[in-house]
Amino acid sequence: MNNQPVYTDNDPQSELVTLNLGPTHPATHGVFQNVLQLDGERIVSGVSTIGYIHRAFEKIAEHRPFYQITPLTDRLNYCSSPINNMGWHMTVEKLLNIQTPKRVDYLRVIVMELSRIADHIICNTIIAQDTGATTTFLYLFQFREHIYEIFEEVCGARLTTNIGRIGGFERDFNDIAFAKINKFLKEFPVALKEFESLLNRNRIFIDRTAGVARVPAETALSYSWTGPLLRATGVDYDVRVSEPYSSYQDFDFEVPVGTSGDIYDRYLVRNEEMWQSVRLIEQALEKLKKEPAGIFHADVPDFYLPAKEEVYNNMEALIYHFKIVMGEIDAPKAEVYHAVEGGNGELGFYLINDGGRTPYRLHFRRPSFINYQMFAHMSEGMLLSDAIINMSSMNIIAGELDA
Amino acid sequence: MNLFVYIMSDINIVNAPPGIEGSGFFATSLDKVIGLARSHSLWPLPFATSCCGIEFMATMGSHYDFGRFGSERLSFSPRQADLLMVMGTIAKKMAPVLKQVYLQMAEPRWVMAVGACASSGGIFDTYSVLQGIDEIIPVDVYVPGCPPRPEAILDGFGKIQELVRNESSRRRNSDQYKEMLASYGIL
Amino acid sequence: MEESKNQELIQLLGNRFGEKITGINEPYGLLTFTTSKDVILDVLKFLKEDAAADFNFLTDITAVHYPEKKQAIAVVYHLHSMRNKVRTRVKVFIDEHHPTIPTATSLWKGANWMERETYDFFGVKFEGHPDLRRILNMDDLGVHPMLKQYPLEDPNRVDKKDEYFGR
Repeated sequence: MNNQPVYTDNDPQSELVTLNLGPTHPATHGVFQNVLQLDGERIVSGVSTIGYIHRAFEKIAEHRPFYQITPLTDRLNYCSSPINNMGWHMTVEKLLNIQTPKRVDYLRVIVMELSRIADHIICNTIIAQDTGATTTFLYLFQFREHIYEIFEEVCGARLTTNIGRIGGFERDFNDIAFAKINKFLKEFPVALKEFESLLNRNRIFIDRTAGVARVPAETALSYSWTGPLLRATGVDYDVRVSEPYSSYQDFDFEVPVGTSGDIYDRYLVRNEEMWQSVRLIEQALEKLKKEPAGIFHADVPDFYLPAKEEVYNNMEALIYHFKIVMGEIDAPKAEVYHAVEGGNGELGFYLINDGGRTPYRLHFRRPSFINYQMFAHMSEGMLLSDAIINMSSMNIIAGELDA
Repeated sequence: MNLFVYIMSDINIVNAPPGIEGSGFFATSLDKVIGLARSHSLWPLPFATSCCGIEFMATMGSHYDFGRFGSERLSFSPRQADLLMVMGTIAKKMAPVLKQVYLQMAEPRWVMAVGACASSGGIFDTYSVLQGIDEIIPVDVYVPGCPPRPEAILDGFGKIQELVRNESSRRRNSDQYKEMLASYGIL
Repeated sequence: MEESKNQELIQLLGNRFGEKITGINEPYGLLTFTTSKDVILDVLKFLKEDAAADFNFLTDITAVHYPEKKQAIAVVYHLHSMRNKVRTRVKVFIDEHHPTIPTATSLWKGANWMERETYDFFGVKFEGHPDLRRILNMDDLGVHPMLKQYPLEDPNRVDKKDEYFGR
């Protein structure tokens, strides 16, 4: 960035232009405001304002029993809701010391990896879109539809899934779901391969992304970055490996890392993670064959919401249902922190339970919020158009940012 | 309807408005023609804030193809937009921005509240969330769902088209309409 | 494995800070301890820079409000040592009416927004913070909404009548 223009005194061109980027700017893909001082096309300084869809999740969570908090987690990072749902379920299971059967873990891995793919598809196609390649967006985006169809088969919803229950799933995957997963595994790699061949060696794409918004690993760590952004700088931190949850230790997969932390590296890391996710799903399907069929939840009637038919026809189930719905479960008075690897990084749940109906305090460690704070600082000295791609490559989800 | 086009292609074209037809002429009222034209060339402004915005992206995508309904061209500038599609939670911090966007739009303008949050605040009955955008701007069509499926968004859009098609060109000058705007503090 | 690391850490902290470290326990294997606000910065600095502790990563800063306690607001730091694969949780209890605590922005730049969020929600004033403003809520909100005395719903609502909700 040595080509800063030099102005003499009283030069009218030396005046800076204030640009209000957002909160509804079409290029920002979300509602955040950045007031930028521009010198020509170069950003001199910027101030980020967020909170435009602050919805008070943490306050709501203090007024809801545990099982009603799942729908809230859906709406944090709505591009990969199942990861949030299951992260919350696993937090409560950790609090209650519930051991889930292996089959549940593997089913969870399938759903979580599918949603990781969905999340990364959004981010990478949007990077391509913002560099001018609309084809890739239209082309790969339809695979999100296929993933939604799988979720629909499993839980009935597309985007805000509310998938699973504390202790497992509300029902077993049916044959159609498995057929759809297998079909997806057959078709997606072909499309992803083609997506990569459109972009990976594309001159325009490389010119727009390589070397832009470089971040050294120390800076990234100092700003508490996690997820693909941190891995692109060369730090191989992945919660799935460092603190395996949901039996990730049984799987064979690699954690891709970048070298320079620029946008091109972030793109490559996310792409490689999609390949790894495909591998993980294949392995999970293989492992499922060895597990006894029909088990889809842990045997914990005190905490697992029983099936509706049971509730209507069975006294015991009715009692458990009543107790859970009224929030009268025997949860230990304790505090617990549980983290999962969300689409954007370490998604943490800090739960304090005082034995009441609702959590005493629930705090979400939201990766988008923590990753985004570097944006204004990073943008200094950058071209405006580069800052836009930089924002896309950070995959900031407004729901998660503002909570 | 031009029979020749109809036979040669499998593309459905819109039916002519009701009118009097004879050899070599077709007579109808100007309102109906304008309504017909407007309803199939609405330029929506996607005011997408959260989850519903992602479903709108799916609606715009190749699978559901919003462009089929004459809305291929999204207008991110309120000045050229006909339809304001509010998708997602509107926090109180966002409310003045939304209102300003609405004020910048030229008449005739329509508003569609997509999803539970935009319609009523949804599950977020909190100190920071506006309990439905109809507290600050008038709304024509509400689409329920959290988030609505793309089909529901398309259905809501169909309802808007119906409104547009049947709207009298003098409606916006009526006292009733002016009174309604005045109740929102819009003059 | 985790237990032995925690024991080592307790030893380290005890040697360095002695009486200042209280309330040590390990819920679900995560070492938790309480310290006071006059040494919190030293504790964090020690944890970050000591070669054996090596907590290079600040996971999160938040707060909890306990209205019935004398020191009613607990500021909670989650630290993570990526190399040792161990986490720790540091708590500082401060007074509700004078909620001040030194900022951690000098140690981790990422603490900036976490502290702003905590200020926004709980009114904790981080001394020395470069830009302590509200972050999520509107500037004219007037209250710090996560404190337990404030209701979840907007108290100014007129369309929601209590009689329809059985209260």
